[in-house]
Amino acid sequence: MATIHVDGRAYEVVGSHNLLQACLSLGLDVPYFCWHPAMGSVGACRQCAVKQYKDEDDTQGMLVMSCMAPVEEAMRVSIDDEEAYEFRRSVIEWLMANHPHDCPVCEEGGHCHLQDMTVMTGHARRRYRFRKRTHRNQDLGPFIAHEMNRCITCYRCVRFYRDYAGGEDLGAFGSNDNVYFGRYREGALESAFSGNLTEVCPTGVFTDRTHSDHYVRKWDLQFAPSICHQCAVGCNTSPGERYGDIRRIENRYHGEVNGYFLCDRGRFGHGYVNRDDRPRRPEWRNVGEASATPLEVDAALDRGADALRRARRIIGIGSPRASLESNHQLRELVGEANFSSGVVAAEQACLSRMARLARESGLPAPSLREVEAHDAILVLGEDPLQSAARLGLALRRAVLARGEVLAEARDIPAWNAEAVMTLAQGARHPLFIAYPAATGLDSLAEHHLALAEENIARLGFAVAHAIDDRAPAVDDLDESTREAARRIAEALLDAQRPLVVSGGSLASPAILDAAGNIARALAGRRRRGGLTLVRREANSTGVELLGGHPLEWALDELSRGAADALVVLENDLYQRLPRAPVDRALEASALVVVLDHQRTPTWQRAHLGLPAASFAEASGTLVSLEGRAQRFFAVHEPRYHRPESRIHSSWRWLHALEATLEHRQASDVGLETVIRACADRHPALAAIIDAAPGNDYRIEGLELARAPHRYSGRTAMRAHLDVSEPRPPSDADTPFVFSMEGYSGSDRPRSLVAFAWAPGWNSPQAWNKFTDEVGGHLRGGDPGVRVLEPGSRERSHERSHGRSHERSSESGYATEVPAAFAARDGEWRVVILPRLFGGEETSSLSAAIAARAGASTLTLAADDARRLGVTEGDSLSLETADTRRNLPLRVDPLLPPGLVAVPAGVDPALASGDSARLALPDSMGVETP
Amino acid sequence: MRLSLFSAIGSQLRTLGIVFAHAFRRRETVCYPEEDVYLPPRYRGRIVLTRDPDGEERCVACNLCAVACPVDCIALEKAEAQDGRWYPGFFRINFSRCIYCGLCEEACPTSAIQLTPDFEMSEYRRQELVYEKHDLLIDGPGKDPEYRFYAVAGLAIAGKDKGQAKDEKAPVDVRTLMP
Repeated sequence: MATIHVDGRAYEVVGSHNLLQACLSLGLDVPYFCWHPAMGSVGACRQCAVKQYKDEDDTQGMLVMSCMAPVEEAMRVSIDDEEAYEFRRSVIEWLMANHPHDCPVCEEGGHCHLQDMTVMTGHARRRYRFRKRTHRNQDLGPFIAHEMNRCITCYRCVRFYRDYAGGEDLGAFGSNDNVYFGRYREGALESAFSGNLTEVCPTGVFTDRTHSDHYVRKWDLQFAPSICHQCAVGCNTSPGERYGDIRRIENRYHGEVNGYFLCDRGRFGHGYVNRDDRPRRPEWRNVGEASATPLEVDAALDRGADALRRARRIIGIGSPRASLESNHQLRELVGEANFSSGVVAAEQACLSRMARLARESGLPAPSLREVEAHDAILVLGEDPLQSAARLGLALRRAVLARGEVLAEARDIPAWNAEAVMTLAQGARHPLFIAYPAATGLDSLAEHHLALAEENIARLGFAVAHAIDDRAPAVDDLDESTREAARRIAEALLDAQRPLVVSGGSLASPAILDAAGNIARALAGRRRRGGLTLVRREANSTGVELLGGHPLEWALDELSRGAADALVVLENDLYQRLPRAPVDRALEASALVVVLDHQRTPTWQRAHLGLPAASFAEASGTLVSLEGRAQRFFAVHEPRYHRPESRIHSSWRWLHALEATLEHRQASDVGLETVIRACADRHPALAAIIDAAPGNDYRIEGLELARAPHRYSGRTAMRAHLDVSEPRPPSDADTPFVFSMEGYSGSDRPRSLVAFAWAPGWNSPQAWNKFTDEVGGHLRGGDPGVRVLEPGSRERSHERSHGRSHERSSESGYATEVPAAFAARDGEWRVVILPRLFGGEETSSLSAAIAARAGASTLTLAADDARRLGVTEGDSLSLETADTRRNLPLRVDPLLPPGLVAVPAGVDPALASGDSARLALPDSMGVETP
Repeated sequence: MRLSLFSAIGSQLRTLGIVFAHAFRRRETVCYPEEDVYLPPRYRGRIVLTRDPDGEERCVACNLCAVACPVDCIALEKAEAQDGRWYPGFFRINFSRCIYCGLCEEACPTSAIQLTPDFEMSEYRRQELVYEKHDLLIDGPGKDPEYRFYAVAGLAIAGKDKGQAKDEKAPVDVRTLMP
């Protein structure tokens, strides 16, 4: 800590900060452009000038750039000094000399850092009377719109895109007055984090193209704190709604998880909630009929309850993309013995192993901020940039943090970004990746081992053995793998904080066992390491904690007539298993009730369809891969703009259905009640009550506002329906109100922030007003609570499957080392690779993601392609026991021979481990999707 | 005492005189609706959306009128035309809430929304006071006859490329090595 004097007042600040960080952390307003809390200082824009004085007697002082001035003890500075103020005003006047007269037609207007800074510095009237330079724009793909005229050349975009996120296709071109930020050629931005440019860019050069299609200013959006449902990382988001549709997703700062950045799937993958074909009313479909009749809520519940009452036994299929509350309510409805988690057996075996490792391996699952603090990383069988992209970005930061270590040794502060980069010269912490195909992190890796899944597991077992002799050794390991294992073990042992990353992407329990062994071995050596295990879906971790049979079990029970009614919760069974068994099970059941927010093929087979709320309309709790239970809140009430809509949260539907079934009055149930019931029923989830403040939470006696105080059009937005506007919908489930009439300020610490706004700060930079120090934690505490901690052995129940055939030694090491993979002649092993765009069910239904996903390919090793006599781009026919499909070929020189890689989301009938035959498609009779 | 009596009577007589004199003044009331009411040009009455001199819609759906409106009676949504222009996909004013303060007109950066000297908007049903865009849009430019927003904005639209707006240089060729 150090004491500094700002405009005559003494403040305590962090000694390692620069002056700008210190002032912003104190809540003082200093304008800036090129500095960003996550990217440090370069001192390029000259906007943050302040006066620094030598001592008490110095009245003259000198101008310094506060972002480049380290905090010193007893430092005296002035922000309000007239010369400094005048300097800052002039700087922005120069920056604005070429800025177009665009604000009314600019998507950034209203949350624009440049607007904020212009107002803050007092520049109001244009004096420059000469001509403005102009630029041509580029088409940067479906996510990002480009308008180069607005650029003020702060270089933040390339510093984020290239230096921070590792993108290579965006750069600075030209010189002096002609600097241009764009791609060498027009085309979609390749980085998975391009969406952050819209928040990083202080002006409107890079804007959200999906938002522009149905644009609304930030002040007109209704927000709520939400959790991204597109993967298991659990990034915090702020979806904004207007006129009944989600218009954009903004990053919601979380000090431990996502920080300032989201991946593009999370930011742009929300389009499915706005689809016109979404079910909005209950539907009844008679047996054998294709079309359905819409029903009112009571009629739907009565019919559903009548039919369920007639059933001998009801099976419930839950979902890893639904909230804990909804899954719990379904389990209550059908009973524990009849509840399936909705996850296929292979995946569930991995999930239960992961939950066990999280408790028993001895290494904790780090948050993303902690991931960035690890100094040696082994990735076993995961491609984090595809399966959990935000984690991939954190891994990149961790590897490059070596530069900061080097800088510290030379007394260069970590915020001095250019100096650290120059010193580091690309120095990296060791990263090892074992994955069958090329990954986006390969360029940072010390060694990429392209191996088949058994061999990845064997490598992992060998690494564990090299760290700890008691771990099982691997027999007849080839020399190169043995050598690699030795090197990896050495690097992990040399590190202060080694990190093992693995997961269920390759659906291989053996890889998880291996990762678990390494974690145990490291924990035995008392390393402060971490074990990050990647799950596939938003609530995979949570559903595993609830327990339940695998999906195949549920289908078997129905097919063999042991049950005759089925309730499916937000789950498209056809996405998980081949058509035939699902069809068989659905045909065998006399009643199929489906709750979903999408018109999925499963919904089309339902006798009763109940329109469920998506994350935009429902509140609930998800558990992220880190084991953090986080609450998401309904953004809007669907009936306000679409009075005909009968969308309700799944847990509310299921509660009402249960009550109707038991001839009770279906009293309304509150979220609090369901959360409490869920926590009581599952001791492992007891902590979820504390995941967020309850519905009686108030600040200064006020509820929390969902909308900014400038929210416009309240007496006109619904006037075409009825000129007498109804009162805003009430929300008994959460402390939020569906209007601006509540607390939305930054002066009281709180963890529930629907949107960041502070007086004078309309852009995302307003988050600095909510954090304890810039880039730190929310002053009210980071949201969420951890429910999966090492050592927490309590379990709701022990499951028979998955565990029975796992053998482990006394020290807890898994002992089943798989045999090495051997390629078989004329037969290929299918391996499904996770895919960021198009590899996830709901986000693939969004137009922008579908456009970005591009064509699906199948990938072969170069040798295999040569042997088959095919080259890249040729169409190949892939045939397994369940399906046959034609796909264009891509050749990956890294892929081990004998494997054929297919991206996720192409064909649910394909699963990792299937054996497939490949052939050139014959001219006729080939089935296409 | 006597003095105050005189001044009181004088004041009464003067008042009577003034009242009587009004009988010969010009009448301020008009026989509305038989006679037209004169409204000054800057009278703040019924709101219209104007067009630019080329007949294009002036409103670019920037939402500033809506946010300036103290009774929140304006709602609109941006849409984008084929030629790149922004325009309001819908534009709705609830005149049963409007207080004719004119802040929307002041906020408008394109002179699109203007208040006109017309107050004759009574309806039997309140719902009829909800005006949609086709009720609001007029054919002329209104008070600012020459202004074309796109002539000064940097956004390129069909017929006005980059560099063709007022005070703009031709677009930079980023591939040239010349300074």
